[in-house]
Amino acid sequence: MAMDDRRLETIIGRLLQVGVLLAAAVVTIGGAAYLVQHHADRVEYRHFVPGGPDLCTFPGIVRSAAHFESLGIIQFGLLILIATPVARVGLAIAGFALERDRLYTVVSLIVLLILLASLLHAT
Amino acid sequence: MTALEFTVVVWALSALAGFLGALTGLGGGVVVVPALTLALGVDMKYAIGASLVSVIATSSGAAAAYVREGFSNIRIGMFLEIATTLGAVAGAILVGRIGTHALAIIFGLVLVQAAYQALFKAAPESGLPVASDALATRLRLNGDYPAGGGRQKYGARNVRTGFSIMFTAGVLSGLLGIGSGALKVIAMDRAMHIPFKVSTTTSNFMIGVTAAASAGLYLVHGYIDPRVAMPVMLGVLAGALVGAKVLVHARARTLRFVFGAVILILAVEMIVNGILGKV
Repeated sequence: MAMDDRRLETIIGRLLQVGVLLAAAVVTIGGAAYLVQHHADRVEYRHFVPGGPDLCTFPGIVRSAAHFESLGIIQFGLLILIATPVARVGLAIAGFALERDRLYTVVSLIVLLILLASLLHAT
Repeated sequence: MTALEFTVVVWALSALAGFLGALTGLGGGVVVVPALTLALGVDMKYAIGASLVSVIATSSGAAAAYVREGFSNIRIGMFLEIATTLGAVAGAILVGRIGTHALAIIFGLVLVQAAYQALFKAAPESGLPVASDALATRLRLNGDYPAGGGRQKYGARNVRTGFSIMFTAGVLSGLLGIGSGALKVIAMDRAMHIPFKVSTTTSNFMIGVTAAASAGLYLVHGYIDPRVAMPVMLGVLAGALVGAKVLVHARARTLRFVFGAVILILAVEMIVNGILGKV
Protein backbone atom coordinates (compact mmCIF):
# COMPACT_ATOMS: atom_id res chain seq x y z
CA MET A 1 0.00 0.00 0.00
CA ALA A 2 1.39 3.39 -0.97
CA MET A 3 2.21 5.89 1.75
CA ASP A 4 -0.11 8.88 1.91
CA ASP A 5 -0.78 11.52 4.57
CA ARG A 6 -3.85 9.77 5.98
CA ARG A 7 -2.07 6.44 6.47
CA LEU A 8 0.98 8.20 7.88
CA GLU A 9 -1.14 10.02 10.45
CA THR A 10 -2.94 6.83 11.47
CA ILE A 11 0.35 5.03 12.10
CA ILE A 12 1.68 7.99 14.07
CA GLY A 13 -1.52 8.29 16.14
CA ARG A 14 -1.36 4.63 17.10
CA LEU A 15 2.33 4.90 18.04
CA LEU A 16 1.66 7.90 20.29
CA GLN A 17 -1.13 6.07 22.09
CA VAL A 18 1.03 3.00 22.76
CA GLY A 19 3.85 5.26 23.99
CA VAL A 20 1.59 7.09 26.43
CA LEU A 21 0.12 3.87 27.84
CA LEU A 22 3.61 2.40 28.27
CA ALA A 23 4.81 5.59 29.98
CA ALA A 24 1.77 5.63 32.28
CA ALA A 25 2.38 1.98 33.23
CA VAL A 26 6.05 2.62 34.11
CA VAL A 27 5.18 5.79 36.07
CA THR A 28 2.48 3.86 37.96
CA ILE A 29 4.93 1.10 38.91
CA GLY A 30 7.51 3.65 40.08
CA GLY A 31 4.83 5.63 41.93
CA ALA A 32 3.54 2.52 43.72
CA ALA A 33 7.09 1.59 44.79
CA TYR A 34 7.68 5.16 46.00
CA LEU A 35 4.49 5.18 48.08
CA VAL A 36 5.21 1.75 49.61
CA GLN A 37 8.59 3.03 50.85
CA HIS A 38 7.81 6.67 51.61
CA HIS A 39 4.06 7.00 52.23
CA ALA A 40 4.55 8.40 55.74
CA ASP A 41 7.31 10.90 54.82
CA ARG A 42 6.51 14.55 55.43
CA VAL A 43 6.63 16.41 52.10
CA GLU A 44 6.45 20.05 51.10
CA TYR A 45 7.39 21.71 47.82
CA ARG A 46 7.13 25.34 48.88
CA HIS A 47 10.69 26.18 47.93
CA PHE A 48 12.32 25.12 44.71
CA VAL A 49 15.49 23.10 45.24
CA PRO A 50 17.26 21.85 42.11
CA GLY A 51 17.24 18.04 42.23
CA GLY A 52 20.30 15.81 42.42
CA PRO A 53 22.07 14.83 39.19
CA ASP A 54 20.43 11.40 39.39
CA LEU A 55 17.04 12.66 38.29
CA CYS A 56 17.96 15.53 35.98
CA THR A 57 19.94 13.87 33.19
CA PHE A 58 19.31 10.91 30.89
CA PRO A 59 22.32 8.88 32.13
CA GLY A 60 21.43 9.57 35.77
CA ILE A 61 17.80 8.56 35.30
CA VAL A 62 18.68 5.37 33.42
CA ARG A 63 21.23 4.41 36.11
CA SER A 64 18.75 5.12 38.89
CA ALA A 65 15.96 3.16 37.17
CA ALA A 66 18.34 0.25 36.52
CA HIS A 67 18.92 0.08 40.28
CA PHE A 68 15.14 -0.14 40.74
CA GLU A 69 15.00 3.14 42.64
CA SER A 70 11.38 4.26 42.68
CA LEU A 71 11.95 7.92 41.71
CA GLY A 72 14.28 6.83 38.91
CA ILE A 73 11.59 4.52 37.54
CA ILE A 74 9.05 7.38 37.56
CA GLN A 75 11.49 9.67 35.71
CA PHE A 76 12.23 6.88 33.24
CA GLY A 77 8.49 6.61 32.52
CA LEU A 78 8.38 10.36 31.98
CA LEU A 79 11.31 10.05 29.55
CA ILE A 80 9.28 7.52 27.53
CA LEU A 81 6.45 10.04 27.50
CA ILE A 82 8.71 12.89 26.36
CA ALA A 83 10.04 10.59 23.62
CA THR A 84 6.56 10.06 22.08
CA PRO A 85 6.29 13.41 20.27
CA VAL A 86 9.95 13.13 19.23
CA ALA A 87 9.24 9.72 17.72
CA ARG A 88 6.24 11.26 16.01
CA VAL A 89 8.45 13.75 14.20
CA GLY A 90 10.95 11.00 13.35
CA LEU A 91 8.19 8.88 11.80
CA ALA A 92 6.92 11.87 9.86
CA ILE A 93 10.38 12.31 8.33
CA ALA A 94 10.35 8.67 7.20
CA GLY A 95 6.80 9.01 5.89
CA PHE A 96 7.45 12.18 3.92
CA ALA A 97 10.63 10.62 2.50
CA LEU A 98 8.56 7.62 1.33
CA GLU A 99 6.08 10.03 -0.25
CA ARG A 100 9.09 11.63 -1.98
CA ASP A 101 8.08 14.96 -0.52
CA ARG A 102 11.40 16.73 -0.24
CA LEU A 103 10.03 20.00 1.20
CA TYR A 104 8.29 18.35 4.14
CA THR A 105 11.09 15.89 4.78
CA VAL A 106 13.28 18.96 5.34
CA VAL A 107 10.62 20.77 7.40
CA SER A 108 10.27 17.72 9.69
CA LEU A 109 14.08 17.42 9.94
CA ILE A 110 14.30 21.03 11.14
CA VAL A 111 11.70 20.35 13.86
CA LEU A 112 13.57 17.20 14.91
CA LEU A 113 16.85 19.12 15.13
CA ILE A 114 15.27 21.77 17.38
CA LEU A 115 13.86 19.04 19.63
CA LEU A 116 17.17 17.20 19.82
CA ALA A 117 19.12 20.41 20.51
CA SER A 118 16.88 21.04 23.51
CA LEU A 119 17.00 17.43 24.74
CA LEU A 120 20.80 17.30 24.37
CA HIS A 121 21.01 19.59 27.40
CA ALA A 122 19.82 16.68 29.50
CA THR A 123 22.56 14.27 28.48
CA MET B 1 1.28 16.58 54.68
CA THR B 2 2.51 13.01 54.18
CA ALA B 3 3.67 11.77 50.79
CA LEU B 4 0.59 9.55 50.53
CA GLU B 5 -1.83 12.39 51.29
CA PHE B 6 -0.06 14.71 48.85
CA THR B 7 -0.12 12.10 46.07
CA VAL B 8 -3.83 11.34 46.54
CA VAL B 9 -4.90 15.00 46.73
CA VAL B 10 -2.79 16.01 43.71
CA TRP B 11 -4.03 13.01 41.71
CA ALA B 12 -7.68 13.90 42.43
CA LEU B 13 -7.20 17.60 41.61
CA SER B 14 -5.37 16.70 38.40
CA ALA B 15 -8.05 14.18 37.36
CA LEU B 16 -10.70 16.87 37.82
CA ALA B 17 -8.60 19.38 35.85
CA GLY B 18 -8.02 16.88 33.04
CA PHE B 19 -11.72 15.99 32.95
CA LEU B 20 -12.90 19.61 32.77
CA GLY B 21 -10.10 20.50 30.38
CA ALA B 22 -11.17 17.79 27.95
CA LEU B 23 -14.86 18.70 28.18
CA THR B 24 -14.29 22.40 27.56
CA GLY B 25 -11.40 22.07 25.14
CA LEU B 26 -9.22 24.34 27.28
CA GLY B 27 -6.79 21.62 28.41
CA GLY B 28 -5.82 20.60 31.94
CA GLY B 29 -2.67 22.69 32.37
CA VAL B 30 -4.44 25.97 32.96
CA VAL B 31 -6.05 24.60 36.13
CA VAL B 32 -3.35 22.26 37.42
CA VAL B 33 -0.69 24.95 37.91
CA PRO B 34 -2.83 27.40 39.94
CA ALA B 35 -4.41 24.52 41.90
CA LEU B 36 -0.97 23.23 42.94
CA THR B 37 0.49 26.64 43.77
CA LEU B 38 -2.54 28.24 45.43
CA ALA B 39 -4.15 25.27 47.20
CA LEU B 40 -1.08 23.19 48.09
CA GLY B 41 1.66 25.80 48.21
CA VAL B 42 3.80 24.04 45.60
CA ASP B 43 6.54 26.23 44.06
CA MET B 44 5.59 27.47 40.57
CA LYS B 45 8.60 25.73 39.02
CA TYR B 46 7.54 22.26 40.22
CA ALA B 47 3.95 23.00 39.18
CA ILE B 48 4.81 24.04 35.62
CA GLY B 49 7.23 21.10 35.30
CA ALA B 50 4.50 18.63 36.26
CA SER B 51 1.98 20.41 34.06
CA LEU B 52 4.27 20.29 31.01
CA VAL B 53 4.54 16.53 31.38
CA SER B 54 0.76 16.15 31.61
CA VAL B 55 0.36 18.31 28.50
CA ILE B 56 2.45 15.84 26.51
CA ALA B 57 0.40 12.93 27.91
CA THR B 58 -2.97 14.37 26.89
CA SER B 59 -1.77 15.47 23.46
CA SER B 60 -0.19 12.13 22.57
CA GLY B 61 -2.99 10.15 24.25
CA ALA B 62 -5.71 11.82 22.20
CA ALA B 63 -3.83 11.73 18.89
CA ALA B 64 -5.30 8.45 17.61
CA ALA B 65 -8.86 9.64 18.23
CA TYR B 66 -8.25 12.90 16.38
CA VAL B 67 -6.66 11.15 13.41
CA ARG B 68 -9.73 8.89 13.10
CA GLU B 69 -11.92 11.97 12.64
CA GLY B 70 -9.84 12.90 9.60
CA PHE B 71 -9.56 16.65 10.15
CA SER B 72 -5.95 17.15 11.25
CA ASN B 73 -3.42 18.39 8.69
CA ILE B 74 0.07 17.01 9.28
CA ARG B 75 1.75 19.47 6.89
CA ILE B 76 0.27 22.58 8.48
CA GLY B 77 1.13 21.15 11.90
CA MET B 78 4.70 20.23 11.04
CA PHE B 79 5.48 23.54 9.31
CA LEU B 80 4.13 25.63 12.19
CA GLU B 81 5.95 23.43 14.72
CA ILE B 82 9.17 25.08 13.57
CA ALA B 83 7.78 28.25 15.15
CA THR B 84 6.30 26.66 18.28
CA THR B 85 9.39 24.58 19.13
CA LEU B 86 11.73 27.57 18.73
CA GLY B 87 9.37 29.58 20.94
CA ALA B 88 9.20 26.77 23.49
CA VAL B 89 12.99 26.61 23.80
CA ALA B 90 13.07 30.39 24.33
CA GLY B 91 10.27 30.15 26.92
CA ALA B 92 12.01 27.34 28.82
CA ILE B 93 15.22 29.40 28.99
CA LEU B 94 13.22 32.39 30.28
CA VAL B 95 11.69 30.41 33.20
CA GLY B 96 15.00 30.46 35.07
CA ARG B 97 15.58 34.17 34.39
CA ILE B 98 12.15 35.46 35.39
CA GLY B 99 11.25 35.62 39.08
CA THR B 100 8.47 33.40 40.43
CA HIS B 101 6.25 36.40 41.20
CA ALA B 102 6.43 37.66 37.63
CA LEU B 103 5.71 34.12 36.38
CA ALA B 104 2.58 34.02 38.55
CA ILE B 105 1.38 37.36 37.18
CA ILE B 106 1.95 36.30 33.54
CA PHE B 107 0.15 33.04 34.27
CA GLY B 108 -2.75 34.98 35.78
CA LEU B 109 -3.08 37.12 32.64
CA VAL B 110 -3.18 34.01 30.44
CA LEU B 111 -5.89 32.64 32.75
CA VAL B 112 -7.95 35.82 32.32
CA GLN B 113 -7.88 35.22 28.57
CA ALA B 114 -8.90 31.57 29.04
CA ALA B 115 -11.76 32.58 31.34
CA TYR B 116 -12.98 35.15 28.85
CA GLN B 117 -12.95 32.54 26.14
CA ALA B 118 -14.87 30.04 28.26
CA LEU B 119 -17.44 32.54 29.49
CA PHE B 120 -18.24 34.64 26.45
CA LYS B 121 -17.46 32.66 23.36
CA ALA B 122 -19.46 29.81 21.96
CA ALA B 123 -17.63 27.53 19.52
CA PRO B 124 -16.92 29.94 16.64
CA GLU B 125 -18.65 29.29 13.37
CA SER B 126 -16.09 28.65 10.71
CA GLY B 127 -15.99 31.06 7.83
CA LEU B 128 -16.11 29.60 4.36
CA PRO B 129 -12.94 27.78 3.29
CA VAL B 130 -10.59 30.09 1.39
CA ALA B 131 -8.17 29.54 -1.48
CA SER B 132 -4.47 29.57 -0.55
CA ASP B 133 -2.39 32.69 -1.16
CA ALA B 134 0.99 32.50 -2.91
CA LEU B 135 3.18 31.51 0.06
CA ALA B 136 0.68 28.94 1.40
CA THR B 137 0.46 27.44 -2.08
CA ARG B 138 4.22 27.13 -2.29
CA LEU B 139 4.23 25.46 1.15
CA ARG B 140 1.33 23.20 0.06
CA LEU B 141 -0.72 24.02 3.17
CA ASN B 142 -4.04 23.30 1.44
CA GLY B 143 -6.00 20.17 2.31
CA ASP B 144 -9.46 18.66 2.53
CA TYR B 145 -11.72 17.23 5.23
CA PRO B 146 -14.76 14.93 5.24
CA ALA B 147 -18.03 16.83 4.69
CA GLY B 148 -21.43 15.45 3.71
CA GLY B 149 -20.17 12.26 2.08
CA GLY B 150 -17.56 14.05 -0.03
CA ARG B 151 -14.47 16.04 0.87
CA GLN B 152 -14.37 19.80 1.36
CA LYS B 153 -11.21 21.47 0.05
CA TYR B 154 -9.62 24.38 1.94
CA GLY B 155 -6.56 26.61 1.73
CA ALA B 156 -4.56 28.89 4.02
CA ARG B 157 -3.50 32.54 4.03
CA ASN B 158 -1.30 34.94 6.02
CA VAL B 159 1.39 32.34 6.75
CA ARG B 160 3.80 34.93 8.23
CA THR B 161 1.24 36.21 10.77
CA GLY B 162 0.26 32.67 11.73
CA PHE B 163 3.93 31.73 12.11
CA SER B 164 4.60 34.70 14.45
CA ILE B 165 1.58 33.94 16.63
CA MET B 166 2.74 30.32 16.80
CA PHE B 167 6.14 31.46 18.04
CA THR B 168 4.38 33.39 20.84
CA ALA B 169 2.27 30.33 21.64
CA GLY B 170 5.50 28.34 21.93
CA VAL B 171 7.08 30.91 24.28
CA LEU B 172 4.02 30.81 26.58
CA SER B 173 4.01 27.01 26.50
CA GLY B 174 7.69 26.83 27.47
CA LEU B 175 7.38 29.60 30.05
CA LEU B 176 4.26 28.37 31.83
CA GLY B 177 4.18 24.61 31.17
CA ILE B 178 0.84 24.82 29.38
CA GLY B 179 -0.26 23.63 25.93
CA SER B 180 -1.42 27.10 24.84
CA GLY B 181 -3.84 25.36 22.49
CA ALA B 182 -6.19 28.37 22.46
CA LEU B 183 -3.55 30.64 20.95
CA LYS B 184 -2.54 27.95 18.44
CA VAL B 185 -6.15 27.71 17.29
CA ILE B 186 -6.35 31.51 16.97
CA ALA B 187 -3.22 31.49 14.77
CA MET B 188 -4.70 28.93 12.38
CA ASP B 189 -8.41 29.72 12.49
CA ARG B 190 -8.38 33.54 12.71
CA ALA B 191 -5.06 34.54 11.18
CA MET B 192 -4.64 31.85 8.52
CA HIS B 193 -8.35 31.22 7.75
CA ILE B 194 -7.94 27.47 8.22
CA PRO B 195 -11.32 25.80 9.08
CA PHE B 196 -12.01 25.65 12.84
CA LYS B 197 -12.22 21.86 13.09
CA VAL B 198 -8.93 21.45 11.20
CA SER B 199 -7.35 24.08 13.48
CA THR B 200 -8.39 22.43 16.76
CA THR B 201 -7.36 18.89 15.80
CA THR B 202 -4.06 20.02 14.28
CA SER B 203 -3.42 22.14 17.39
CA ASN B 204 -3.80 19.05 19.58
CA PHE B 205 -1.12 17.31 17.55
CA MET B 206 1.21 20.29 17.83
CA ILE B 207 0.86 20.70 21.60
CA GLY B 208 2.85 17.55 22.41
CA VAL B 209 5.74 18.37 20.08
CA THR B 210 5.86 21.95 21.38
CA ALA B 211 5.96 20.76 24.99
CA ALA B 212 8.68 18.19 24.20
CA ALA B 213 10.90 21.06 23.01
CA SER B 214 10.93 22.52 26.54
CA ALA B 215 11.10 19.17 28.34
CA GLY B 216 14.88 18.69 28.10
CA LEU B 217 15.58 22.09 29.63
CA TYR B 218 12.92 21.57 32.31
CA LEU B 219 14.51 18.25 33.23
CA VAL B 220 18.06 19.61 33.55
CA HIS B 221 16.92 22.51 35.69
CA GLY B 222 15.03 20.18 38.02
CA TYR B 223 11.53 21.54 37.35
CA ILE B 224 10.27 18.00 36.75
CA ASP B 225 10.19 16.46 40.23
CA PRO B 226 9.00 12.83 40.01
CA ARG B 227 7.06 13.07 43.28
CA VAL B 228 4.95 15.94 41.93
CA ALA B 229 4.85 14.98 38.24
CA MET B 230 3.73 11.37 38.93
CA PRO B 231 0.26 12.14 40.39
CA VAL B 232 -0.26 15.09 38.02
CA MET B 233 0.50 13.11 34.87
CA LEU B 234 -1.56 10.06 35.90
CA GLY B 235 -4.44 12.21 37.16
CA VAL B 236 -4.71 14.52 34.16
CA LEU B 237 -4.42 11.58 31.76
CA ALA B 238 -7.18 9.61 33.52
CA GLY B 239 -9.42 12.69 33.70
CA ALA B 240 -8.86 13.57 30.05
CA LEU B 241 -9.60 10.03 28.85
CA VAL B 242 -12.89 9.93 30.79
CA GLY B 243 -13.69 13.49 29.66
CA ALA B 244 -13.25 12.59 26.01
CA LYS B 245 -15.65 9.64 26.47
CA VAL B 246 -18.50 11.64 28.02
CA LEU B 247 -17.95 14.66 25.78
CA VAL B 248 -20.97 13.80 23.65
CA HIS B 249 -23.42 13.73 26.54
CA ALA B 250 -22.21 16.78 28.40
CA ARG B 251 -24.17 20.01 28.59
CA ALA B 252 -21.30 22.05 27.29
CA ARG B 253 -22.65 25.55 27.91
CA THR B 254 -23.32 25.20 31.65
CA LEU B 255 -19.99 23.48 32.04
CA ARG B 256 -18.07 26.15 30.19
CA PHE B 257 -19.68 28.77 32.41
CA VAL B 258 -18.73 27.00 35.67
CA PHE B 259 -15.23 26.28 34.40
CA GLY B 260 -14.81 29.84 33.18
CA ALA B 261 -15.87 31.23 36.58
CA VAL B 262 -13.39 28.93 38.37
CA ILE B 263 -10.58 29.99 36.05
CA LEU B 264 -11.40 33.66 36.58
CA ILE B 265 -11.18 33.25 40.38
CA LEU B 266 -7.84 31.42 39.99
CA ALA B 267 -6.62 34.17 37.66
CA VAL B 268 -7.35 36.92 40.19
CA GLU B 269 -5.72 34.91 43.00
CA MET B 270 -2.62 34.22 40.89
CA ILE B 271 -2.19 37.89 39.99
CA VAL B 272 -2.84 39.16 43.53
CA ASN B 273 -0.49 36.60 45.07
CA GLY B 274 2.11 37.39 42.43
CA ILE B 275 1.94 41.10 43.19
CA LEU B 276 2.03 40.51 46.96
CA GLY B 277 4.96 38.10 46.47
CA LYS B 278 3.16 35.20 48.16
CA VAL B 279 3.44 32.63 45.36
